[in-house]
Amino acid sequence: MKSDIKLITSEGKRLDGRGPEDIRKIKIEAGVLHRADGSCYLEWGGNKVLVAVYGPREAVPRHTQNPLRAIVQARYNMAAFSVEDRKRPGPDRRSVEISKVISEALEKVILTEQFPRATVNVNIEVLDAEAGTRCAGLTAAGVALIDAGIPMRDIPVAIAAGKINGQVVLDLGKEEDNFGDADLPVAISPRTGEILLLQMDGHLTVDEFNQAFDLAVKGCHAVSEIQKKAVIHKYQTIAAEVQE
Amino acid sequence: MTIVPIIKRDYITNLAAQGKRIDGRNFDHYRKIEIETKVVNKAEGSARVKIGNTQVLVGIKMGLGEPFPDTPNMGVLSTAAELVPLASPDFESGPPREDAIELARVVDRGVRESEVVDVQKLVVTPGELVWLVFIDIHVLDYDGNLFDAASLGALAALSTTIVPAKRFEDQLPEGHQKEDFPLPMSEPPISCTAVKINDFVLFDPCFDEEVIADARLTVATDHNGDIRAMQKGLSGSFSKEEIQKVIKGALDNGKEIRKKLKEVTSS
Repeated sequence: MKSDIKLITSEGKRLDGRGPEDIRKIKIEAGVLHRADGSCYLEWGGNKVLVAVYGPREAVPRHTQNPLRAIVQARYNMAAFSVEDRKRPGPDRRSVEISKVISEALEKVILTEQFPRATVNVNIEVLDAEAGTRCAGLTAAGVALIDAGIPMRDIPVAIAAGKINGQVVLDLGKEEDNFGDADLPVAISPRTGEILLLQMDGHLTVDEFNQAFDLAVKGCHAVSEIQKKAVIHKYQTIAAEVQE
Repeated sequence: MTIVPIIKRDYITNLAAQGKRIDGRNFDHYRKIEIETKVVNKAEGSARVKIGNTQVLVGIKMGLGEPFPDTPNMGVLSTAAELVPLASPDFESGPPREDAIELARVVDRGVRESEVVDVQKLVVTPGELVWLVFIDIHVLDYDGNLFDAASLGALAALSTTIVPAKRFEDQLPEGHQKEDFPLPMSEPPISCTAVKINDFVLFDPCFDEEVIADARLTVATDHNGDIRAMQKGLSGSFSKEEIQKVIKGALDNGKEIRKKLKEVTSS
């Protein structure tokens, strides 16, 4: 959606005061739920996301089982009160699509071959939404999977880059998402650099795409450090409690 | 019944015979209750309630719409509950099943029948345009006693709700209040739940107690000490004495919980 709204000044200052390559504030906490096998709470700017992992456990109904490996079932769901106009509860076409691409991204890093016929359920609940919820959800899912002790090749991480008023920026905010020129969510495996998720809407030249993509990868590595800190923090807390 | 609940049942009833519970509480004691309000920015009102390990998030959204034909002079309240699979290994995705519907209806009744929200002040044009109040209950972690957690969450969320009149000013008629205002509320009733296992009556059941319970009773009491709503659940039965025991416990615990709710919502 093109618009005359000024989203970035000539000095490169954005509506919320960030520079073009600044990421919104991120807070990650691992192991927050009692019943889940693994969980993670994440705040990313105005987004609040909670993820619970259950499994590996037997996949039902049985026709969904794969005799050679586990299946990964992510479910992205938005709370009715997480958006400006109340969202009707339950899955819609958008959340079904997001669930699918996130499931596929996670499947690549989980050692599914260790758990034939099983399923790993990743439940992503968006409690408060403000642009970039799929990246926030996938990033939180990575931490929740670690918390559940699911064997993985790497902790997946995601962030979006985009274009506003003709300029490439990292981590689109709400107005930037609504009135910007392009949105490019990217998830990677930071250890190998493999791309796990890639979507784009809007309009980018090839040069702009390359620039935005490189920026997103750089952003992924920055967010990855916050993920690792959250996991380490959890075990340091437990270690301190045990020592007491 | 599979083997694990039988073992749990033995364990819990043996403890109860000695006057004990698995987490060390007295029969009529609640677990630690925490209430946190204004946790969701996008919602008009919100609250997160923890009772022990049970965690519920309630959000309030508002909109404008037509009143029901039989109540043209009242705003519309609507309550929905989602038992999302995040909260328990046994919850499944899909349309709400009977558990979720019962939960939503019990909370709805507590809010509606007690007239805690003054729906008559939510009328814009009688018979045509009124405020709609959506109470959405999102269960985050299920360790028993969802009824009390959800009811308390709904009340805490409602009492922090700001009617978004400014956002809807285009739809409001000329001369009508266009500044945001707090949702008109009166004294809330507090729900307290107990379960019966054999002959023992336990308040605020945790998950392990709830799965083996024979019967359940929720009693909502108001600040005058009167009863405002009741709901019996499960296939077991209560005697009159047991019901009176539950009512007394509901009054005592209700007083404490009301105090806590007031502290949180008045600040």
